[in-house]
Amino acid sequence: MITFPGSLDDQDAARAVRYAGAEPVALWHDDADLHGVAAVSVPGGFSYGDYLRAGAIARFAPVMGLVVAAAERGLPVLGICNGFQILCEAGLLPGALLRNAGRHFVCRDQRLRVENNGTAWTNQYWAGAEFVVPVKSMDGRYVADRSTVDELEQQGRVVFRYAGGNPNGSKNDIAGICSPNGRVVGLMPHPEHAIDELTGPSADGIGMFGSVLDALAPAAG
Amino acid sequence: MPVTAVSVDTVEHALSTPDIAQPHRELGLADDEYARIREILGRRPTEAELAMYSVMWSEHCSYKSSKVHLRYFGETTTDEMRAAMLAGIGENAGVVDIGDGWAVTFKVESHNHPSYVEPYQGAATGIGGIVRDILAMGARPLAVMDPLRFGAAEAADTRRVLPGVVAGIAGYGNCLGLPNIGGEVVFDQSYQGNPLVNALCVGAMRVDDLHLAHASGTGNKVILFGARTGLDGIGGVSVLASDTFTGEEGGTGRKKLPSVQVGDPFTEKVLIECCLELFAQGLVVGIQDLGGAGLSCATSELASAGDGGMRIELDRVPLRAAGMTPAEILSSESQERMCAIVEPSDVDAFMAVCAKWDVTATEIGEVTEGDRLVVTWHGETVVDVPPRTVAHEGPVYERPVERPADQDDVQGDVAELARPSTSDELRFTVLRMAASPNLCSRRWVTEQYDRYVRGGTVLAQPSDAGMIRVDEQTGRGVALSCDGNGRYVRLDPYAGAQLALAEAYRNVAVSGARPVAVTNCLNFGSPEDPGVMWQFQQAVRGLADGCAALGIPVTGGNVSFYNQTGTTAILPTPVVGVLGVIEDVARRIPTGFDMTANGHVLLLLGETHEEFGGSEWAHVVHGHLGGLPPKVDLAREQALGTVLVAAAADGLVSAAHDLSDGGLAQALVEACLIGDTGCRVTLDPDADRFVQLFSESAGRAVVAVPRASVPAFTELCATHEVPVRELGVVEATWGTLEIEGVATFPLDELRAAWESTLPALFGG
Amino acid sequence: MARVFVDVMPKPEILDPQGQAVARALPRLGFEGVSAVRQGKHFVLEVDDSVDDDTLTKIAEGFLANPVIEDFVVRRAES
Repeated sequence: MITFPGSLDDQDAARAVRYAGAEPVALWHDDADLHGVAAVSVPGGFSYGDYLRAGAIARFAPVMGLVVAAAERGLPVLGICNGFQILCEAGLLPGALLRNAGRHFVCRDQRLRVENNGTAWTNQYWAGAEFVVPVKSMDGRYVADRSTVDELEQQGRVVFRYAGGNPNGSKNDIAGICSPNGRVVGLMPHPEHAIDELTGPSADGIGMFGSVLDALAPAAG
Repeated sequence: MPVTAVSVDTVEHALSTPDIAQPHRELGLADDEYARIREILGRRPTEAELAMYSVMWSEHCSYKSSKVHLRYFGETTTDEMRAAMLAGIGENAGVVDIGDGWAVTFKVESHNHPSYVEPYQGAATGIGGIVRDILAMGARPLAVMDPLRFGAAEAADTRRVLPGVVAGIAGYGNCLGLPNIGGEVVFDQSYQGNPLVNALCVGAMRVDDLHLAHASGTGNKVILFGARTGLDGIGGVSVLASDTFTGEEGGTGRKKLPSVQVGDPFTEKVLIECCLELFAQGLVVGIQDLGGAGLSCATSELASAGDGGMRIELDRVPLRAAGMTPAEILSSESQERMCAIVEPSDVDAFMAVCAKWDVTATEIGEVTEGDRLVVTWHGETVVDVPPRTVAHEGPVYERPVERPADQDDVQGDVAELARPSTSDELRFTVLRMAASPNLCSRRWVTEQYDRYVRGGTVLAQPSDAGMIRVDEQTGRGVALSCDGNGRYVRLDPYAGAQLALAEAYRNVAVSGARPVAVTNCLNFGSPEDPGVMWQFQQAVRGLADGCAALGIPVTGGNVSFYNQTGTTAILPTPVVGVLGVIEDVARRIPTGFDMTANGHVLLLLGETHEEFGGSEWAHVVHGHLGGLPPKVDLAREQALGTVLVAAAADGLVSAAHDLSDGGLAQALVEACLIGDTGCRVTLDPDADRFVQLFSESAGRAVVAVPRASVPAFTELCATHEVPVRELGVVEATWGTLEIEGVATFPLDELRAAWESTLPALFGG
Repeated sequence: MARVFVDVMPKPEILDPQGQAVARALPRLGFEGVSAVRQGKHFVLEVDDSVDDDTLTKIAEGFLANPVIEDFVVRRAES
């Protein structure tokens, strides 16, 4: 769980990891090693104020160089919201996230459809399952050139799609995508804010953190 | 003599040039105030001293018109009420012991004028300021709320101000990572040109970690950290807040300096984390945020609250602009700065934490023996004053107070307003009210605020109160509500202030939390108008007496005067915030009915009388304001609160919603739409239908109770003498709100009415 | 038709957090020697010949820029 200056949902991601039964490890933006973690979550927030562009400055943090190298070796990486933006800026995922079509920050409970349950972060869901998680962002409109979007669609790399209304004008209602090997996933909505009924709209987000434990289990065991 | 003169006006120079004319009036100081400064110092003040005194003696900082009235809060607070208070009025924010070793601090402040001039930045820096106040108590800020008031919803200027204010709150608060859990959005013609942008922040800390703002220990270092100091808002908050808009800048000699400060939420976020790490490592002796009067305020308040004097080397302050004078540096209102008192042996560790967070930190002086605040500029003394005379011993005015001549006429204006009587008319009125700007869904606004961040939000808008979990292990949490009704206060300031208190108290209680403390933001017109001063005096007395009756203390507050255009003041608007404690947030009561409440019995608690003075119905349908506001009975409010809190703890109720603006009809519409579940109700056949649906009698709530719990609940009500009437049942099957004999509303129809108003006014 | 450029910049004395953040990041990326960055907006307008300079100034002053905190420059493209 990486903290950049300006990260906001880092503690929430750590809580979700804990709820899923794993041990969260705090990584600092200028750490020189990854402390032997089994997976990395890049949290939401406004790293470096999101000045210039969302994620544009954070991608150059020392720890991101290590994450990119480790991801190429198959380390599971999850980018949530600002984390997704950082992964796109860092080139781990294609495309970019632009200002919402409505031009306002949007915070709402959003229905999400699981399009690909074969990734390291979604194997606990049924394909086609729908669940409600908060989406809260200013720059959440996914865009990419036509060939990239076609490629993502054809290869089944659209992991999540907005259902029941598109909150930000995202291309093809895309809410989340993954790398070709399914180990790196980025999404705009916040599964870490849907881990119990008391503080979230549902408890269904916890499945993403459970999924990565399952994905890691054979290697670990 | 202009302040921008090349040579700096030193104390020595002041002694040798006693008769030089100084621009004290342009800086907002009256002749007698200026004379008093000369008397205190035994000479003329230097320019830097004049700048300090003028900002610190402004209405905004010195409370010179309100002080004599605010004393009444202290006089009416009993030892018993004080028992849970760890810090009260006079500190940056009040602090309350909530149990389990936790202390909670909360405060509401105004940022009205800046938000009119530049809505986005004004509202943004309002959030920034109140968050630093909470941080300066040693607490981690947990959540914010914004009570907002604008001119008429359809007015052109409202379309400029509202979207900017909302975007500013969102832009700053979201970037800080603080959930926005509630607030108000109210429209009234009287706020045209004088929007009220109040901001509340709540924070928590362990009881042992309370930090009070004082500078103690000779030799301790004064460290300024955070953003650099620039030409921001010089004469901004203070001068603006002590005069109506004239477009003139403060008399600093520079041309057209912006009075607007630009907020940098990223710097503030980093500053918060940096401060919390400094607190955790025990590196801070005293701390103060830099707010309205910048370094003038921070240094004089820290020094006067401590046990010694202070020396500041002003030339060490990191600047953002070239050529700033000592007077400008002292009065700069640049945001995102804090000032700490640190033991010499801790300075290195302090600097290391700041370096980790990339926060600029500079040692600018030290605590000295004696009792003077001395400021030097490249070795020459430019300020040498007794700090208490700057910070605490400013002028105190007994402004004339006089009941407005038209008060009797307003109260006597009980026009016979045409009322709906047929079922069709009543049906139409329910829809019209639900769609009216003050009652419609606030979703267009609140959807721009992050309410989830930090993962502790249990209730947020559109719930009656916001609720935050403080302790993850035990589930202990706090609930907050802010309320005010300027129309009620206009009709009767004493009762109106108590009605605001009663509503906030009730909103906290319906969430299941026990109300424990009060903060307030008193927004009024000019204190130089005896009628306004009467409103103010009456409101303060009403609020203080009300708190005494309820047994909950006022822990802090803020006064904003001069909210007027020409001679026309805003509706007098005390905004009251009530804090409640709940031992386990899992026991909270939601505001809306949901599917799981299907078949639960709806009960109406409290008594309904024919009370339409100042009501939303009279405002929406007739544009009328006259008569007397609803009667307030605080003993009944307390009994209702006791019942609700006990019922929550015992798990007897599945939903509870307070009745206030718009009456029963509006409460039912909201409870159905929030939980997306319908209900069926029957009105009392022996009473007037219109009165039952739209009266705004206080002390009422509607609750949903599982059938099996009804006997236990009604017995609880009987014990506390709270009247109960069975109203109907939650009905999940049909998707309608059925008021028998009046109308059956499909929820879709209600939702369309309730949710389309703000998007239509302010854009999709 | 003419092409008009409008540059909107925060006033010199107004804090520019965006520019400041970029300036702070540059040394971390190995670029030395940049002491300050200020970030503004650049508008390109295609306008009819009938639109005079006064109107362009009104557009810039009343809409594109916020004169409380921003300065602007209107420039017609050399044709």
